[in-house]
Amino acid sequence: MMNKAHNGGWVIVISFVVAIMLTTMPLPDWVINWRPSWVAMVLIYWCMALPDRVGIGVGWTLGLLLDVQQGTVLGQNALGLAVIAYITIISYQRFRVFPLAQQAVLVCIYLLLFQFFNMWIRGVMGIPSQHWSIWLPAVTSMFIWPWLFIVLRDVRRKYHVF
Amino acid sequence: MVLMTVDHKKNHLESVRSILSTLVYPLQYVVNLPVAASHWVSESVVTRQKLLEENTRLNEEQLKLNSRLQRFAILEEENKRLRELLESSIELRDRVLVAELIEVDMEPFRQQIVINKGLNQGAYDGQPIVDAGGIMGQIIHVGPFSSTVLLITDPTHALPVQINRNGLRAIAVGRGQNGALSLEHLPTNADIREGDLIVSSGLGLRFPRGYPVGTISEIALVPGEAFAEVSVLPSANLGRSREVLLVWPYEQATKELSKEELAANQ
Repeated sequence: MMNKAHNGGWVIVISFVVAIMLTTMPLPDWVINWRPSWVAMVLIYWCMALPDRVGIGVGWTLGLLLDVQQGTVLGQNALGLAVIAYITIISYQRFRVFPLAQQAVLVCIYLLLFQFFNMWIRGVMGIPSQHWSIWLPAVTSMFIWPWLFIVLRDVRRKYHVF
Repeated sequence: MVLMTVDHKKNHLESVRSILSTLVYPLQYVVNLPVAASHWVSESVVTRQKLLEENTRLNEEQLKLNSRLQRFAILEEENKRLRELLESSIELRDRVLVAELIEVDMEPFRQQIVINKGLNQGAYDGQPIVDAGGIMGQIIHVGPFSSTVLLITDPTHALPVQINRNGLRAIAVGRGQNGALSLEHLPTNADIREGDLIVSSGLGLRFPRGYPVGTISEIALVPGEAFAEVSVLPSANLGRSREVLLVWPYEQATKELSKEELAANQ
């Protein structure tokens, strides 16, 4: 079923590796809460651009890696990212024709959902995180989305990833 | 997915996590490189003057420590003799290993750090971690080359302690982001003062006995509450140390215990 015309899988892999590294990078204390959800944004981009290649499975695997890196319960980020991948895949046709600003707002909403899942699982695990700052990553991600979108689009065109 | 979350509580997935951490470790290592490089540069370009100053300072410090150590050796011997007189177990020295911190950011709502020692160096789940100031935390996930440490200030972490001055026992629970601990369930009339040193009591057989944990910074008596609110400032440099110590406490103790158990069974 898969056609052989797929190209540039390594670009996708590298973009995810860079996203995980950005998530891991040490930052000063006062910006930590503002760190955008890089992995989730890159995942949304690839799910939207290449829904036949990147999907729920990729999101889930990425989430597991992120869980191990962040020391969270195995499955916390995996669940959130899989849900995000699912929503993006069912809505990618609409998503593609939206202007950038509208896309950014949508990304913000998706990430709020992602954070909601995280908060929910943390709550189940008995780790308190009712602090309002858990919603900040979604907001910063919203502002970064247009730039990320343009960069990833150019990368995709340059290396003919399809 | 939900199944995994549930399953995790029973620790069946620790091996999966350990394997995955091997995959993630190179990433963490690469992210840590610039930090390590900056440390290396700042270490290698210090002036001769500074090195000399540091050398004299360290020499002085060593002299002081040595003189204290001499007394300590005598005291240890004496303590041993007295304990032998009392026929109680001899205090054992703990085996330690220096580990370095990998500076990566984890989930912001938990107090965790990553260190560069893992299963290959003999680290184990639940192993206590100390630094020059006192107890830092314990290992919660151990991979082949790196492990994750839960700090004592994490809200899900509690350790048995006692007050050095009078041996009063308590439980120190982490407070989370503001980097303090609180002593739980101490009655309002308990004999505690601000500035009291809190040391680990070694009950629970996880942390070694007698390592400093912190000092009492504030005692708040809330009218109508049965227990006092006691804040403890950790004595370990939780945010700043780059080198930490892995401790193997109770290694011989447990061995001897099992021997005794065997003897008792026979």
